[in-house]
Amino acid sequence: MRKKQWQGGKNMAAKNKKSGAKKVLAKGRINLTVNGQLYELGIGKEPDQVDPGHTLAHTLRETLGLTGTKISCDNGACGACTVLIDGKAMLSCMTLTVECDEKKVTTIEGLGDPKTGIVDPLQQTFIDHTAFQCGFCTPGMIMSAKALLNDNPSPTEEEVKEGLSGNFCRCISHYHVVKAVLAASEKVR
Amino acid sequence: MANKYRFIGKATPRMDASEIVTGKARFLNDIKQADMLYGKVLRSPHPHALITKIDKSKAEAFPGVKAVLTWEDVPDWKGGTPRYTRILDRKVRYVGDAVALVAAITLEIAKEALRLIDVEYEILPPVFDVEEALKPDAPQLYDEFPGNVVTPGVPFFGPKNLKEVVMGDMEKGFEEADVITEGTFGYENIPNPLPPEPPGAIALWEEPNKLTLWVSNQASYMDKITLFHVMGRKVEVRSIGGPCGGSFGSKFMSWQVQTYAALLSKATGKPVKLVFTKEEHLAAFTVRPSSRMRARVGMKKDGTVTAVSGTWLIDTGYYSMTTQSQVAVGCGEVQIMVRCPNWDLRPVIVCTNRNASGIVRGFGGQELKCILIPLLSLAMEKLDIDPFEFLKKNYVKPGEGYVWRDGIWYTYRGVDYSPAMDKGAEAFGWKEKWKGWLTPTAINGTKQRGVGVGVHGNADIGEDASEAYVRLHPDGTAMLFSCVTEHGTGQRSNYAKMVAEVLQLPMENVSITPSDSLINPYEFGPAGSRGTYAIGSAVIRAAEDARKKLFELMAPMLQAKPGDLDTSDGMVFVKDNPEKKIPWRSMSIDRTITGIGRFEPDYTLTNCMMSFIEVEVDTETGKVDLVNVVNATDAGKIIDPQGLEGQLNGCLGSAGIDSAIFEETILDRSSGHTLNANMIDYKWRTFSELPVITNVVLETPFPSHRFHAVGIGEVATSPGPSAVLMAVSNAIGIWLHEYPVTPEKVLKALGKVSLRGRKGGTP
Repeated sequence: MRKKQWQGGKNMAAKNKKSGAKKVLAKGRINLTVNGQLYELGIGKEPDQVDPGHTLAHTLRETLGLTGTKISCDNGACGACTVLIDGKAMLSCMTLTVECDEKKVTTIEGLGDPKTGIVDPLQQTFIDHTAFQCGFCTPGMIMSAKALLNDNPSPTEEEVKEGLSGNFCRCISHYHVVKAVLAASEKVR
Repeated sequence: MANKYRFIGKATPRMDASEIVTGKARFLNDIKQADMLYGKVLRSPHPHALITKIDKSKAEAFPGVKAVLTWEDVPDWKGGTPRYTRILDRKVRYVGDAVALVAAITLEIAKEALRLIDVEYEILPPVFDVEEALKPDAPQLYDEFPGNVVTPGVPFFGPKNLKEVVMGDMEKGFEEADVITEGTFGYENIPNPLPPEPPGAIALWEEPNKLTLWVSNQASYMDKITLFHVMGRKVEVRSIGGPCGGSFGSKFMSWQVQTYAALLSKATGKPVKLVFTKEEHLAAFTVRPSSRMRARVGMKKDGTVTAVSGTWLIDTGYYSMTTQSQVAVGCGEVQIMVRCPNWDLRPVIVCTNRNASGIVRGFGGQELKCILIPLLSLAMEKLDIDPFEFLKKNYVKPGEGYVWRDGIWYTYRGVDYSPAMDKGAEAFGWKEKWKGWLTPTAINGTKQRGVGVGVHGNADIGEDASEAYVRLHPDGTAMLFSCVTEHGTGQRSNYAKMVAEVLQLPMENVSITPSDSLINPYEFGPAGSRGTYAIGSAVIRAAEDARKKLFELMAPMLQAKPGDLDTSDGMVFVKDNPEKKIPWRSMSIDRTITGIGRFEPDYTLTNCMMSFIEVEVDTETGKVDLVNVVNATDAGKIIDPQGLEGQLNGCLGSAGIDSAIFEETILDRSSGHTLNANMIDYKWRTFSELPVITNVVLETPFPSHRFHAVGIGEVATSPGPSAVLMAVSNAIGIWLHEYPVTPEKVLKALGKVSLRGRKGGTP
């Protein structure tokens, strides 16, 4: 596993538009940018490699050690594993890593400013509103909300609920989450 | 009334907030150990069978596999109450029962190895229905439980452990009644509390008898105790808790997954992580007990209940660890809800060939109320009694009492909950919305609205013992030693808040130890809403004890008596002359001061929550929409406003209100398979279907502890389900008595579809 600083991501992604899982298997490695950092991973069964059967959730957690992304149902039903792939909210448990060549992935660890340690405004409103109970579903909630606010910086309450309707929470933090997302949208506006 | 406290009752951020929102909180499955192996469980495809042969040689030879264990390889460790359930047995008793355990260097290899184990079974006839299981010729699950009846009277709660509610004169009671109703009612949809984080454990065994366990449990100290008994009282267990991704009671008993990991670690000498899949979580981890009761009640015109008799059948699945306790608490709670002098309520706990029942919020009382309130409602209908007035009148009042779980009579010494109930009714608009039994509140085309009400409360808010230490440091900080784990209620932060309040320290100057049984004293854990009163009392006492010791030490330095001193922000001063002060560091830098606190059980206080429910039923599609929920309680004193609101909002999920609307574990009663063991087919409420929830919380000071508060979180799920049945029945003018009220059941009641029953016994 080699780490590289991300350089010129958009251009590289554009150049490799045709790259798919097949191409990755043929070349035997995958380039994945996670939270601004480029990872060049080999394809194979070693612990630091990507097996063609690995989900992105698995690679993030087990291979890259980014355990902020949670796995709950591992079946595309609960939203706990939500990450951003090229800015869109995606279920990392339903995405094969080999399909993510040249993609830009953002996880919960990638929000906020790594230099100052200041959290993203959305994370801050989650803190301010105690928009969690056990906190297991929270990273997925925040990533779904982040994608929503990226697309629609001023959502209505109904739009927030719709945007988060794929995220399961059992403690019922929903009401506080809606308030936190709306508060974040006001901050951004 | 103005809040006289510096922190109590104020919205303060949770100590773990930043870790949770940044993904840095380390849940169990986020932990990796050097050389760690991964465990998997081979599970039975049959509901009832004997293992005649297991060939594990191919699995053992598979590269990367480090251990394969079957019933022949493991010690005679047993769980269950009484302890008759072997950790791996020659007999399997439900679809999903553990047959073999595998440890391998990767999860993929462990999974692959499961397929290489050859098992031959002798199939036995299964039984899936509680009444079928009681028949003389029914298949028998255990030699130790003749007739499949789980031996009652295991003294979990002492020698007089409550096993039934039998008192008064039944004949006289029914004679005095103006109306007698009877019938059979069930709450048998065995919903799963389903926290998002699945059950799991990491174990490290060190020969000859030391076990370190990383656990995900609301009550991590208790894992040490539970496993000590399961493992024949010969193993020294250290349990290390961390953030728990939801429990709702269920993870309190994680002995099986923990023991699997421990056995694999013992066999390999390596740390072993074993985390259930969501399918295992849904089909092979505990669900809510199933209840059915044939009962009879007598009621007077004024809503006085004169007699309750019934046989309460509790289907506990293939074994019971806590069902006896749940029954004991349920029997106590029913007396808190209904004042009645004459009782003949007899529970029977029965084993069947499905996954086991275990702890879920509501702990026995929710199960019993869900089947008793519909019967009481039939009597209320005949007498035209408003159910809100009935429940308010009959709820325990100060000076009245109940026989609690330990078989002892307690006189309730808390506050009267009637004002809280009245406030709730007002917020809901009960008077305007209640139109009489089986009468809709409003009709708009095919949409019909109805209302219902339920109540629940328990005297376990002061259950069991807790211990805590508070250590003061010369730099003006304090550390709380408590084995409490954070499972979503925010209580870890609230204990720090209590310490900060007692010592008048900024909250950031109070820390709390990791919930490691090696360093902390005994802690039963947050359960039964005991966190605020029971655990809180131990914490407060430890802080007060430390404060007292601090003053004793500092008094001579200030030429004052200890009683004349006070402290704030790391300074000790003379109350009458605050200028006369010295910092904590005057205690000397080579000293700490430790206060000790302990709470002894107290069953003379109960909490109470009343839930008002409004539903809208579409008579064309049969869909039931939850429109409006009002929860009413009196918490004595609110410690943590946001945490409390979160707990009360929790009434919907974790096998609560929604277990009356759509949540159910669907068991195929011919094959014993769980048909919806995934989160698409197991239904849960999404953001787009949130009802309006209003939480009405009074603050009438309780005679509990320094802050006059009592806990309420656990019971939030409990009053709602029976209120939903009531509301739907009222909306469509027809009694509905089966949980959950799915569209097909509503349409069947309306005569719009015919429906084959799902019930049925052995194939």
